[in-house]
Amino acid sequence: MQEAESTITAEGVRKRYPGAPDGTGLNGFDLRVAAGSVCGLLGPNGAGKTTAVRILSTLLEMDAGRASVAGFDVRTQGRRVRERIGLVGQYAAVDEILTGRQNLVMFGRLNRLPVAAARRRADELLERFSLAGAAGRPVGGYSGGMRRRLDLAASLVVSPPVLFVDEPTTGLDPAARREVWTAVRELVDEGTTVLLTTQYLEEADRLADRVSMLKEGRVVAEGTPDGLKSALGGDWIEIVFAGPADAEAARPIAARVASGELRLDGPAHRIGVPVAERTRALVRVATALNEAGIEPEDITLRRPTLDEVFLHLTGGAAGTEAERPAARVNAATGPEDPAEETV
Amino acid sequence: MNATTRRLPSGAPLPRLGRALADAWTITLRDLNHWALRPGTVIVGWLFPVMTVLMFGGLFGGAISVPGGGGYFEFLMPGMFTLTMLFGLETTMTAVTTDAARGVTDRFRSLPMSSSAVVLGRCAADMLNSVGGLAVMIGAGLLLGWSWHGGPGAALAAVGLLLLLRFALLWVGIFIGLAAGGPEAVTSVQILVWPVGFLSGVFVDPATMPAWLGAIAAWNPLSATAAAARELFGNPGHGGGSWIEQHAMLMAAGWPVLLVAVFLPLSARTFRRLKG
Ligand SMILES: Nc1ncnc2c1ncn2[C@@H]1O[C@H](COP(=O)(O)OP(=O)(O)OP(=O)(O)O)[C@@H](O)[C@H]1O
Ligand SMILES: [Mg+2]
Repeated sequence: MQEAESTITAEGVRKRYPGAPDGTGLNGFDLRVAAGSVCGLLGPNGAGKTTAVRILSTLLEMDAGRASVAGFDVRTQGRRVRERIGLVGQYAAVDEILTGRQNLVMFGRLNRLPVAAARRRADELLERFSLAGAAGRPVGGYSGGMRRRLDLAASLVVSPPVLFVDEPTTGLDPAARREVWTAVRELVDEGTTVLLTTQYLEEADRLADRVSMLKEGRVVAEGTPDGLKSALGGDWIEIVFAGPADAEAARPIAARVASGELRLDGPAHRIGVPVAERTRALVRVATALNEAGIEPEDITLRRPTLDEVFLHLTGGAAGTEAERPAARVNAATGPEDPAEETV
Repeated sequence: MNATTRRLPSGAPLPRLGRALADAWTITLRDLNHWALRPGTVIVGWLFPVMTVLMFGGLFGGAISVPGGGGYFEFLMPGMFTLTMLFGLETTMTAVTTDAARGVTDRFRSLPMSSSAVVLGRCAADMLNSVGGLAVMIGAGLLLGWSWHGGPGAALAAVGLLLLLRFALLWVGIFIGLAAGGPEAVTSVQILVWPVGFLSGVFVDPATMPAWLGAIAAWNPLSATAAAARELFGNPGHGGGSWIEQHAMLMAAGWPVLLVAVFLPLSARTFRRLKG
């Protein structure tokens, strides 16, 4: 990635909050986001995601380092930066007393839309975020999700060249979440560069072109979602049996297609088979089991989810490399998990 | 989202000052909308000082003899007008801390508008509110038998000095509201308003206090405005021999100017100062 193409850059950014313990804030934060792409910033609570967003959007001053947005220095050209960014903070920032429509018209006016255009735009956004029915009610009476949607709408009154979104879908129902994703995607199609922080790994998987994993104020891994997943380990086939006898009998068969050591999970009668050639290995192991007269309850072709990458890199519950199969089981990924293909 | 209009590029046709004023008006309009949606808050704010007048007028009216004769209401009302301006501090602070706590301030700060537009809008809205509050108080005073005895010009000058004090307190309120950054701060100021009010010439002549207390009361900015208002309205006052009491009129202008000179830059800096 070339320097000139980066719309957001940060180099060695440091920020320590007065009185906060070591390792909080940012400790040499680096970031490079290419123009027109979506960068997902992931990290556990307190990793410094919000701090990074606030520094890049000129709300907070850094102690050391350099950062630029849309070609302007965050520290010295704040006004220029603000002319080019939209910000959706972690907590909904809308006027509670005003109605939803009044809020949007106000932000439209502050974004220099003429009155009529601001009204038109407000109605469009209310419609789009399914708030038309509540448009005339004071925001104080909105539900958390409605408030969040209004907050997003307020940031999209004009489409900014660079958009910062701090956990945009926390607390939203699935339909609203999809609405938000669509809105972000459309902005990107128009050429907006997006920096998105999230706790939902699925969200990063869907929206982000590249992901930066943050831990204690520093980026510990960076890459495409797929790249990060394969860095953690390859694909594997997960086979669940009806009982221990079946599992025992299947072990030598599974070992024949495995590209590494089998992972056994006794109580669940589950075998994890690391494989190099995904579908071919799947067909081979299924055929071999069938010929041996063993009928497994479930065979799944899996690859690490971003959740697992996240837990692994940020030292969450996942523990050491050797324990990972157990962590996989615990990851409780549902049948809709995008990284899972059930046969 | 094709209908979106892009932000005007920098160096837009509207000159900078014009843009700042337009933005300030948008912010003021927001407060006017608040009043329309919650008229109760404004009305209670306007009636509270009236209630205070009734309470203190009733309580102390019989016991306090006014220097130079005249009824206690004649003496009290200009002081109460001054106190009403002090009460306005809470309005400003509440608005500022609420915006900060809700993240609205941050959203404003992330927009390409000047910080002066935000405070200017706040300023205009609060001044309008205080003009209304003062009008209600003057009306209540007239009903209770208070009146001004100077000419209309002097009375207007008194109103001007009162609003000047309010203007100065506005910046104090914005600064404390931004610096404290929590609703608890508003509560402590709500409590502090009373000793500040009592330790002044608002309710009684500082000469009736113990000497050291009287000196503090005389130097209280509220005393200067109250004394100047009494003089301009032609209401009974309390001369007093110290320099500060002799120069009430000068200090009624001097104190607010000093407060603005200190707190306006402080507020502007705090607003822009990028804190966590
Ligand atoms: N105003 C503040 N004063 C002191 N410490 C702060 C302040 N804001 C954040 N911190 C600390 O800085 C660290 C990073 O906070 P930040 O809000 O950036 O984390 P985050 O990654 O956004 O977390 P979350 O996922 O919970 O939103 C935390 O340890 C936090 O306690
Ligand atoms: Mg955060």
